[in-house]
Amino acid sequence: MSKIKAENVNVYYGSKQALFDVSIDIAEKEVTALIGPSGCGKSTFLRCLNRMNDVIEICRVEGSIKMDNLELNSRKLDVVRLRENVGMVFQKPNPFPKTIYENVAYGPTIHGIAQSKEEMDQIVETSLKKAALWNEVKDRLDEIGTGLSGGQQQRLCIARAISVSPEVILMDEPCSALDPIATAQIEELIDDLKKEVTIVIVTHSMSQAARVSQKTGFFHLGKLIEFGPTDKIFKNPDNQQTQDYITGRFG
Amino acid sequence: MNSFKKNLLKKRYNAERRFQWYGKIAIGLALSFLAVFMFQIFSKGYSAFQKTWIVTEVHYDKELLLIDAESPSKDDLENADYYDVAYKAMTSLDPGLPEEEDRQLIQMVSYKYEAEVKDLLLKNPDYLGKIVPIKLTASDDVDQVHKGNYPRDIPEENRRVNDYQLQIYDMLNERGDILLEFNISFFTSPDSREAELAGIASSFMGTVFSILVCLAFSFPVAVLAAIYLEEFAPKNKFTDFIEVNINNLAAVPSIVFGLLGLGVLLAVFNLPRSTPLVGGITLSLMTLPTIIIAARASLKAVPPSIREAALAMGASNMQTTMHHTVPLSMPGTLSGTIIGLAQALGETAPLILIGMVAFVNTIPGTPVDPAASLPVQIYIWSESAERGFVEKVSACIMVLLAFLILMNLAAQIVRHKFEKKWS
Repeated sequence: MSKIKAENVNVYYGSKQALFDVSIDIAEKEVTALIGPSGCGKSTFLRCLNRMNDVIEICRVEGSIKMDNLELNSRKLDVVRLRENVGMVFQKPNPFPKTIYENVAYGPTIHGIAQSKEEMDQIVETSLKKAALWNEVKDRLDEIGTGLSGGQQQRLCIARAISVSPEVILMDEPCSALDPIATAQIEELIDDLKKEVTIVIVTHSMSQAARVSQKTGFFHLGKLIEFGPTDKIFKNPDNQQTQDYITGRFG
Repeated sequence: MNSFKKNLLKKRYNAERRFQWYGKIAIGLALSFLAVFMFQIFSKGYSAFQKTWIVTEVHYDKELLLIDAESPSKDDLENADYYDVAYKAMTSLDPGLPEEEDRQLIQMVSYKYEAEVKDLLLKNPDYLGKIVPIKLTASDDVDQVHKGNYPRDIPEENRRVNDYQLQIYDMLNERGDILLEFNISFFTSPDSREAELAGIASSFMGTVFSILVCLAFSFPVAVLAAIYLEEFAPKNKFTDFIEVNINNLAAVPSIVFGLLGLGVLLAVFNLPRSTPLVGGITLSLMTLPTIIIAARASLKAVPPSIREAALAMGASNMQTTMHHTVPLSMPGTLSGTIIGLAQALGETAPLILIGMVAFVNTIPGTPVDPAASLPVQIYIWSESAERGFVEKVSACIMVLLAFLILMNLAAQIVRHKFEKKWS
């Protein structure tokens, strides 16, 4: 079942066009990977899904992006509500320079999700457990989040993102700053999370895309070249460019 | 390695060595200027922290005090006539002196000696009728002679202390009746025309009030302006124009702000002249751009990833700013504020223009009482002819420098202790 449906999305940075007529169907409770060489527009597309491009003043998005029939690319949309439903994990772990507890509790606080201290404690605990971080930090929740290791920080960011129970989580190269062990932990986590959440992940690592995703989209020079089941993209792509990229002939 | 390469390498090393030497010489020069400057001030000023007293005996004679009552009350003592008692206390130093020459002795103590005689009795009512020793503030001339700042070998007609007074001084000094003690009154007294009585209390309080008023006006305005410009305002030609203007404002000579204070605060709003309120507002015009620039710089230094993290969690712009960006930028903003205030602390010209240069011999209790400020006090004293003021100028500079050093230290501590480290 389709969760997000993008049609003819064009994105411009000033006069430079970054995305050309991208149309894509993202299925619910699946992991969709977006791959492609640097500067191909995959991160730009990802940031359209929670309107993070609003932050960039010269950025202009055209076309239609619908989530459950709600038009995302509309001036009338309340981005605060949208981002409560669409969480994001960034390339570089960016926990707030506050305590681990405060990091996870921030979203529920500003959205008024928890009614009491006990409820908040419960949310923090479940979020950290889902992010596979609870056992490592349960005795030091009042320590500063930025003091954790890189992999732990990224899992803290994931815990922060799932604390408000979003329907979609966007991940922008979440493992590019991590070592292989931390990467494996995050990938396991993604596998668990997809039971409840729709995940869109941008990655540079094709093996990662092959490991974690059910669907893969290949971007090149701002165009979505090919999109389909991951197995098919990696074993038997229709497009020559896709074939060249995944076999390492360019990119 | 061929000789050409060897030469080239040698040249490179030599160039680096030479460059290091230039740097060391530059630092050495700067430090020696500072050392000369400090030495000048300290060697001239340290003696102002000591005060010369002349010890003599006073007889609290009821008859001379014109007290009739058997057991006089506090009021009786308060209203008694101390002129004769004080006069006798001084002239008793040389009983043989003809009456018409007595001014020579009286001039050796401050003109407030009568009040000092009165104060001693008011503090110790049981001295009434007794002969007791008393410390009187020496005149600034005797003070300077005692501290060795006044040459004794110039001709008598050019000297403010004549031969007779020197003779009395030597006699007292030999008896041990000239005392040199820590000068408390320098810190507790307001300004005075007499160097021996002049203190920094009024100008110090004036400075403190000015700085507080300046902080109260400039900090909120500057921080709000900086937050709006940095976090909310659209980046267009108009905001660029505002930014250029703020930067220019920081470079406007301070006397221009003084004229503004004079023309607007005094002439249009009729605020009380010569007061720290007006001084503080005028100074806040000067510190405003400094704080705005510092606050904007520290807001800019907050990594965009923190903003993105908050925004992606669904925080509004306002929440992102107030929950994350502003708290993280506060250490930088505060240390910038303190540095701006430290600049304002040393500012003289605008204060002169709004009338804080007036002679004030009361200690201000509120920001709307007339007051001087430390740098203006330095200016006033440096214009005074009496030798006694020379050391006061240096001492006042020392107090001002101490104040400045403390504030800069505070800025450093705030910056290093509370600044978040981004790894």
